Amino acid sequence: MSNIEQFKNRNVSEEYFLVDIEDYPTDGWGKFKRVVKRTFQGELFVGLWVVLREMIKFDIHTVQYPKEKMPIGPRYRAVHEMKRLWESGTERCIGCGLCEKICISDCIRMETKIDENSRKEVSEYSINLGRCIFCGYCAEVCPELAITHGGRYENASEQRAHFVMYEDMLTPIDMLKAGQQQEFEGFGAITPHEDERVKKTPLAY
Amino acid sequence: MDMAYLIETVVKIVVIMLIFSALAGLGTYFERKVLAFMQRRLGPMSVGPYGLLQVAADGIKLFTKEDIIPQNVVAPIFKFAPVITAATAFMAAAAIPFWPQFTVFGYTVHPIVADTEIGLLYVLAVMAIGLYGLLLGGMASANKFSLISAARTAAIFISYEVVTGLSLLAPIMIVGSLSLIDFNNYQAGGVSHWLVWTQPVAFILFWIAAFAETGRTPFHLIANDHEIIDGFGTEYSGMRWGLFFIGEYANMFFISFVIALVFLGGFGDGGLGGALALIAKVSFFFFFFLWTRAAWPDVRPDQLMWLCWKVLMPLAVVNVVVTGLVMMF
Repeated sequence: MSNIEQFKNRNVSEEYFLVDIEDYPTDGWGKFKRVVKRTFQGELFVGLWVVLREMIKFDIHTVQYPKEKMPIGPRYRAVHEMKRLWESGTERCIGCGLCEKICISDCIRMETKIDENSRKEVSEYSINLGRCIFCGYCAEVCPELAITHGGRYENASEQRAHFVMYEDMLTPIDMLKAGQQQEFEGFGAITPHEDERVKKTPLAY
Repeated sequence: MDMAYLIETVVKIVVIMLIFSALAGLGTYFERKVLAFMQRRLGPMSVGPYGLLQVAADGIKLFTKEDIIPQNVVAPIFKFAPVITAATAFMAAAAIPFWPQFTVFGYTVHPIVADTEIGLLYVLAVMAIGLYGLLLGGMASANKFSLISAARTAAIFISYEVVTGLSLLAPIMIVGSLSLIDFNNYQAGGVSHWLVWTQPVAFILFWIAAFAETGRTPFHLIANDHEIIDGFGTEYSGMRWGLFFIGEYANMFFISFVIALVFLGGFGDGGLGGALALIAKVSFFFFFFLWTRAAWPDVRPDQLMWLCWKVLMPLAVVNVVVTGLVMMF
């Protein structure tokens, strides 16, 4: 096989083969023979057997949803969560406004002010979930891993406002103390074994 | 006509109506369950234990739903058409013996409304009239899908009447009667006396035609959901649509009874075993209606016509001729 040929070969597997298709009969006798062959081939009974076998095996795949739930991936992008710092329990959000800036559907709104300790404080933070498209840019851009996506996908509600308040998204302090805060593994999250990959900044310049 | 006979007949009619209306409802439950199991699903589970009360929930929904008469329909015919389907389905039950005769408190009950001499002919004729419900309903709705369905209904029913008639002609020639009781008594001697052994071709042909007569899946062109929405039922809502449904399911039960009585010995010699065997046979045929729906694809209308006129009808004619020749010599 020449060098270029191997790239032209589209056969993913050697097991692929062309199905043998007979030519359609053109004369009446050929058509009659085909009808007789198909009639007595018993394909209909194969179909009947297959469904009956499944009924007897009773291998039910239904998930009875409100009672049973499928596990979802850690990178699943559902309603946002605001995280706290593990050590101090204070909010991670530093009010930098990057999420507000990058949000392509313009649904994040925040107000900040300088508090009495001369630190920037978030006084108002809301996400309009009626507009949010759950693209995950806010979580990706956040430098503090403060805003992330959670796994709460059951967000049907009488009012949109039920999901947008900062207090609703923030990890409750008792949950944090119990060590139940889940880190998000999607965009912007720290990859596993990040410590081993950190190198010293080369200073020889 | 004495009073006792009149009262007995009315009671029988009411009992049959009630039992088969309920069975038609339960039939939908069984259909959904069987199809679900064959497709690795659970089917209705939420209403009642194992979803058993789903039938009641559906009934309440159908009865309380608004009865919509859309614009531009031919209102009198539109309103009346579902009644034809349901009524003819139940009228066909009059000549079917559902059970061997039994004695309650010294009173012998014949579980057949009218043991006429022409029972089988009557059943076939009334089932054929059921075509008018679908045809008129489809034509009266101002809807092109309903109209297509109506045209298909007429074509399929009229074509397959030929097959049902011709395929039943050979057993009728052998038995020499049109009464289903006579058919049953002819085969009362046991399994070896069943007509299916002497008339296998007629049995298969009638069974195939039964699918067309009831509009079940391999021949479900009349209301093929994926191409013409619900066919004649597209514009219907509430209990009018429900009547179409009850008619269809009652027809499935009745034609199962007819197959079992004509070809598979019916209730045999009339004992309890025979009666239970009849129920088992009917259950199998009803289950087969659901089974094929899970397993087989629908055919095109032209394929259905091809099957009827080029395969089944010639076979039926040959069967009649051969039966006649065998009987003559």
